[in-house]
Amino acid sequence: MARAWVFGDDLDTDQIVPGRYAPFMVGQDKFHTYAFCDARPGFASDVRQGDILVGGENFGCGSSREYAVAALAKHGIGGIVAKSFARIFFRNCINLGIPVLESAEAVTLVHDGDAVTLDLGAGRLRAPAGDARLRPLAPFAQEILAAGGVVAYLREHGDFPPVA
Amino acid sequence: MPKTVAEKILSRVAARDATAGDLVIAPVSRVMVHDSVIDAVIAGLRDLGKERVWDTTKVAVFVDHAAPAPTPVVADSHRVLREWVRAQGIATFYDAGEGVCHQIMVEEGYCEPGTVIVGSDSHSNSYGAVGAFGAGMGATDVAVALALGRTWLRVPESIKVTFTGRPRKGVTMKDAIMRVVREVGTDGARYKCVEFHGAGTLPQGDRITLAGMTTEMGAKAGIVVGTPEAPDWLFPDRGAAYVNEVTVDLSTLEPQIAVPPRVDQVVDVSEAVGQPVDVVFLGSCTNGRLVDMRQAAAVLRGRRISPEVRLEVVPSSRRQFEDAMADGTLLALSAAGAVIGSSGCGPCLGRTGGVLAGQEICLSTANRNYRGRMGSADASIFIGSPYVAAVAALTGVIDDPRPYLEAGDDAFDDLVERRRSERAGRGAASVRSGDRSRELMVAAARSGVAAEIDD
Ligand code: SF4
Repeated sequence: MARAWVFGDDLDTDQIVPGRYAPFMVGQDKFHTYAFCDARPGFASDVRQGDILVGGENFGCGSSREYAVAALAKHGIGGIVAKSFARIFFRNCINLGIPVLESAEAVTLVHDGDAVTLDLGAGRLRAPAGDARLRPLAPFAQEILAAGGVVAYLREHGDFPPVA
Repeated sequence: MPKTVAEKILSRVAARDATAGDLVIAPVSRVMVHDSVIDAVIAGLRDLGKERVWDTTKVAVFVDHAAPAPTPVVADSHRVLREWVRAQGIATFYDAGEGVCHQIMVEEGYCEPGTVIVGSDSHSNSYGAVGAFGAGMGATDVAVALALGRTWLRVPESIKVTFTGRPRKGVTMKDAIMRVVREVGTDGARYKCVEFHGAGTLPQGDRITLAGMTTEMGAKAGIVVGTPEAPDWLFPDRGAAYVNEVTVDLSTLEPQIAVPPRVDQVVDVSEAVGQPVDVVFLGSCTNGRLVDMRQAAAVLRGRRISPEVRLEVVPSSRRQFEDAMADGTLLALSAAGAVIGSSGCGPCLGRTGGVLAGQEICLSTANRNYRGRMGSADASIFIGSPYVAAVAALTGVIDDPRPYLEAGDDAFDDLVERRRSERAGRGAASVRSGDRSRELMVAAARSGVAAEIDD
């Protein structure tokens, strides 16, 4: 069972890791310890491998700073379910192997701290109050995620997955 | 099927008939990388098992985001970057002080119209100022583009923005794009391309302001149609499909202010009059050009900013910096009490050059006002045009710049006095070293530098 961390609309990358704690500023080994340090103090110490983030509209808006996603990957985030995602953030998550799923109902159905299960096969996020349906990802993105990210995919195949 | 500009460009580069929603693999004409992501980009290339970039002549590298280096950690990262640039044999390298990547990419002609450019920065949309499809991406995407010379893109739907009429004096294209952001919202253009009509003949700088700020609406790209740089085919077809259309009548537009902490929380300046500010930042890829500095100087020349306010001016490139030196604009701003920073991003992203303390209020000409963007998470950032910035520096409060631009000297001083007294006592008054503006102007004129005293 994973814990759900629930956020609102327009969660920007500065809230995930503030610019002043970029790897560039504090070093590659430390920046993830500042994840949500302003927006959700305690996150970095309490989060567990496999936990799920849930959000509203425009999750991950703001800069293209990939280290926000890298910080989440370092914490082993198992997936992000939101009403919608900012586009660069979405790409970054696929590239770094974090499943990003759109769901209209998850943010209202799931409460912060709920024990949840992300069932990608069934396209469901299972929560105490019921199941949230997830919009299926394009096969292109699924293939990259299945490989563990774009770097792993390219190392194995030498080129992008077919775009149909 | 009739195509939008985005569909035309992506069909052309991917050599297939692409419409919105299709995934394409697109060759890129250039990849832009800057200092703040270089470590991750180099690591990405290494993880990909690639020793070298696909084409050293098509890569442009910049040290601008935290430059000159503010800390030893940053300095080390810059050193790594320089070593990498040398080892790769990349000639297009702009070190600290040369300016903001986007400004240089456009003004030095690195953006080929009608092509796809991948940038390591979210404001790479700026390249649409000359008709290129510039898309900002994360470090791994950039590393992949550097390795393969290609990227994957979902062909975006487009939003059509049309400008009509001419803005009145004191109203700028910054106000125009803020009006569009107000209309569309921070995610209204998510995954989309914003196509600008009625802006092609504007000066290049105004077009960078427009295209760059499409990022604030979540856009994948922003493209100005009908620019002098663009080839003939770079027009949307008649009957192309748009998901949304927005028209802004510039002739009735007021100066606009974005109220923290959201860039789409935009009001007419009349609703923000009297708002105190502690710091004013004039600069960034959005508004750090000669024209912006000249607009500020039109208000500040021969005057002194409020003793309770700090004004930071950061030109967006060395070219803009030197032009503003040569025509006396920087002299006028310095004599008014401004701190002039070296060309680059400056305090725009809160890493160097005058970051904000808790509770401080800033009026910035840049493009973002998230919590913590320019330093402390407890600071607040209002966004406005260079005219609004200059008046805020002068009076210590946000005000409509138009009456100042119309007023004679006495009326002008009355306006300033009234606003200053409203604000008085918020901060400590700084003594600024002697007013040498006349003396310096005369010296400049003698030495043959054209010290243009009027706007
Ligand atoms: S000036 Fe500001 S917005 Fe522009 S590239 Fe630099 S940090 Fe980004």
